[in-house]
Amino acid sequence: MGAPKLSIAVPSKGRLKDQAAELFARAGLPLRMVGHERGYRGALSGLDGVEIVFLSAAEIVHQLKGGRVHLGVTGEDLVRETLPDVNAAVAFLAPLGFGRADVVVAVPDCWIDVARMEELDDVAAQFARQHGRPLRVATKYMNLTRRFFAAAGVAGYRIVESVGATEGTPAAGTAELIVDITTTGTTLRANHLKVLQDGLILRSQAHLLASRAAAWSLEATKLRDIIVERLLTQTASRS
Amino acid sequence: MTAESAREFEALETQAATLLDNFRRAGYEQVAPSILQPADIFLDEVGEQIRSRTYVFTDLAGEELCLRPDLTVPVSRLYLERHPAADVEARYCYNGPAFRFQPGGGRGAHPREFRQAGIECFGAKDRDGADREVVLLAVEAVRSAGLKDFRLRFGDIALFYTLLDELDLPERWRLKLRHYFWRPPAFHALLSRLAKGERPNGDGDVIALAETLHGQDPERAEELVAAYLETKHLPLTGNRTLGEIAARLADHAADLRADPLPKEVATVIDYYLAVAAPPLAAADRIAMIAKAAGLDLGPALHAHVRRFERLAASGLDLGTATFATEFGRSLEYYSGLVFQIEAGAKGTGAQGEAGQVAGGGRYDGLLARLGARAPVPAIGSAIHTERLLAAVMGAS
Repeated sequence: MGAPKLSIAVPSKGRLKDQAAELFARAGLPLRMVGHERGYRGALSGLDGVEIVFLSAAEIVHQLKGGRVHLGVTGEDLVRETLPDVNAAVAFLAPLGFGRADVVVAVPDCWIDVARMEELDDVAAQFARQHGRPLRVATKYMNLTRRFFAAAGVAGYRIVESVGATEGTPAAGTAELIVDITTTGTTLRANHLKVLQDGLILRSQAHLLASRAAAWSLEATKLRDIIVERLLTQTASRS
Repeated sequence: MTAESAREFEALETQAATLLDNFRRAGYEQVAPSILQPADIFLDEVGEQIRSRTYVFTDLAGEELCLRPDLTVPVSRLYLERHPAADVEARYCYNGPAFRFQPGGGRGAHPREFRQAGIECFGAKDRDGADREVVLLAVEAVRSAGLKDFRLRFGDIALFYTLLDELDLPERWRLKLRHYFWRPPAFHALLSRLAKGERPNGDGDVIALAETLHGQDPERAEELVAAYLETKHLPLTGNRTLGEIAARLADHAADLRADPLPKEVATVIDYYLAVAAPPLAAADRIAMIAKAAGLDLGPALHAHVRRFERLAASGLDLGTATFATEFGRSLEYYSGLVFQIEAGAKGTGAQGEAGQVAGGGRYDGLLARLGARAPVPAIGSAIHTERLLAAVMGAS
């Protein structure tokens, strides 16, 4: 096996890693670790010239943007949050059918007077009059939140960055509402939060992405087409 | 164009000296507020849209700071520091860098580091006099920097508020329309919603609850809402109070009973917001709209006419100027007159933001939000010095 012609970034831990490994195995291209058991490099059994780089889901987005890997497997939510000009940086080659999560706007369920986004601006104005400060939105999705709120005409709010336990912030009093991911809604309900009727920002899942900034040699392009075809057959047959 | 080369740097320095010289001779004291500012104040004041363009960071002590995205707020803070009672008349001028994130990486007409030169006038009780003073001084300054070809654009938010006050509207709608003025798409959606008489959102139970709140005093309304939350097992979490929730539900109930906004009223607002003409012609048009609707805008319109007649008497050419009722809808802290100086003669085509060499306006509410005990009269103007230089060089 010579020097790798194509590099793919794959999540290095958690459910995303397991599900990605499973998908590649089903497609007849099992991921193989190279070197140490705990190493962060790998290869594809059954297809020469491909290098696998194991990285965190967030780091994969940066590597794709910088063109340091050709392909990457990561969540659409992270891609759209991190890259201001998504389509200039990456191409969405295939949705992979796992890692599903909805990014939503959720408010305390005792806000029985609020059902839709357009009402949030009223609430913000009222809140500012009563409390002398803007509504606070806890989230790790600062950019998705800003864009979505701007499109809905909501302005009188402030984002509070939150990297964990976002759903607990309204009860703790450190934010009034949240933007977060949810799969079944159980966590939101347990924290007495409800999703606004039109508060779905993004239906996210894991995607196979291609970097536009990477050096695309003829061999890399060929390898890409083979991998996309094999993966697509798998995801199509299961959906 | 940031000052990349020595030549550009020198040209900007020379221009700044000219501008500042004008300001100082007019009695404006030169100040240099801090470039690093506490992030809170900007974020609370200007909202998330400017925040998305502000360089915000946390220092080693955990303090959230920002590179100032403009100089009006820093100069206002400086005034309050010097005069905590905010009871003194003061005039300041400045020239210095401001920073805004630019999606394209900050080249060409949209640098991410740019220099603003400007003036702020605080505490002047003669508002009309201060308005004229600042407009004339800004115009004089860009002229002395070499800008020959330019036109002026004006707006006045206070005039719109007067129109709303005169219209026959429930107070809760008036508040909403004032609030949404700053977001034109949402404003139009609201207007057509009110005119169509669309029903507020909410499920059947909530609407039924809202109905029972009608005509109740606030205390009783809160009790009813508390009882409802208890039967539905919805604990009151977060910082909004029962009173706030009850008040909005009572508004829902009132909306359910209200007749839709009369079509004529929506039409008057639409016509008013479509006015864009030379200032005195605009006044005639607004007077016609008001008369047809049976409204009396007399004193406000009279003040408008007098303001522009006096500006013209001071030598300002208003023939190429525009007064647009829509203008000024992007920066929420303005409270009255707003204006902009655009490079290039009328009809030379839109130059977009790059052509806007200076802007300004009245912001009587800002200092109270920054900590003053009462509203403080304030008006200012900022010159975008790189754009001014480009316009002057481009024309010569």
